[in-house]
Amino acid sequence: MMQNHEEHDHHENGSELSEMQLRVRALETVLAEKGYIDPAAIDVIIEAYETKVGPHNGARVVAKAWSDPVFKQALLANASEAIVALGLMNRVGDHLIAVENTPRQHNMIVCTLCSCYPWEVLGLPPVWYKSAPYRSRAVNDPRGVLADFGVALPADTAIRVWDSTAETRFMVLPMRPAGTEGWSEERLATLVTRDSMVGTGLPKNPKDA
Amino acid sequence: MDGIHDMGGMHGFGKVEPEPNEPVFHAAWEAHCLAINRAMSYAGAFNIDQSRAAIEELPPDVYLTSSYYKKWALRLENLLVKLGLADAEEIKSGHALHPGKALKRKLNVADVPASLTRGSYARPAQAPARFVPGDRVRTKNIHPATHTRLPRYARGHVGVIESLRGCHVFPDSAALGKSENPQWLYTVLFEGRELWGDGAEPSLRISIEAFEPYLEPA
Repeated sequence: MMQNHEEHDHHENGSELSEMQLRVRALETVLAEKGYIDPAAIDVIIEAYETKVGPHNGARVVAKAWSDPVFKQALLANASEAIVALGLMNRVGDHLIAVENTPRQHNMIVCTLCSCYPWEVLGLPPVWYKSAPYRSRAVNDPRGVLADFGVALPADTAIRVWDSTAETRFMVLPMRPAGTEGWSEERLATLVTRDSMVGTGLPKNPKDA
Repeated sequence: MDGIHDMGGMHGFGKVEPEPNEPVFHAAWEAHCLAINRAMSYAGAFNIDQSRAAIEELPPDVYLTSSYYKKWALRLENLLVKLGLADAEEIKSGHALHPGKALKRKLNVADVPASLTRGSYARPAQAPARFVPGDRVRTKNIHPATHTRLPRYARGHVGVIESLRGCHVFPDSAALGKSENPQWLYTVLFEGRELWGDGAEPSLRISIEAFEPYLEPA
């Protein structure tokens, strides 16, 4: 397990890496020796976040909602219940809320106070979501933030920002792209990007998929 | 607390810079840092509000210059000492020098899949909800030195109750580690102009998730 710490050295400044590597290793050893944690469970948690939890789960939910109006209504009414009832995922924590983009309104999710994010459907948040530029500007300059992502919305599309200041969690249901009539759910899911479910992006253009 | 973490509406942080094909973790220590924090919260060592408060209590310069997972590591070190679960000498030496305290439970391999599902924060209500959707409310102008989830940019402003989300653990109380003190939770919607003045994007509306003690009738 410990040799895993060395694998990605080239990604980081050497001094900070060695400091953090040592610091986290020390913490993990202390916690294990005191009997608080089981190192085998630590490895299984890491594997789950690297391989099982991720935006592919949210993409399947969106593709289903694009294909099935009854599911879409259930999703918008209670996302936690609808996703579990569908069997797409075994478990979803309480308080997940899906918000629908329309030609009239575009939704964007932020957590200005920390980095609250719907981990179960979107995985761990990207660095930009946790960064000061995003957290500071999403609430007062969302069109500027969208421009940073290369997204320009029509002037008559209103913008709604959801600040995740409690244990409710939000995901955006983006609009189904035109030109996807008759597509299977599996194919539709390939158009659904993580950013489109945060509201900082749009689904892929079917011509590019 | 009115800390550096409360960033909504601040200027000067520059552009958002998405990283193409970003990996789940940028180094193996980040993955271990996440996992040991998860295992300790599963064990009941601290609740989510205590863990957020411990990040907010980092000095502002440390907060701004530390990566996300470095903040998690610093937070864990501080919480362990504060809660008497490990001492500074143990953390420095990287070895236990005293037996551990009893925690509520221990995360074993078999329970990891279930531990990845978020728990419920809904609790029985202590009183009927004071507001209903459509009510106009004003957020209070409060500045507690301890943890709160009412962001500065949304204090002292008039909005409309959009949804009632149920009765939830109250972070301002739970962060103190004493009582969950459940409170009604609402989605409160503000016009951009109400928060940012006449220069606001005309179509912009912003909502926060606000606990009843943050609100008064308007």
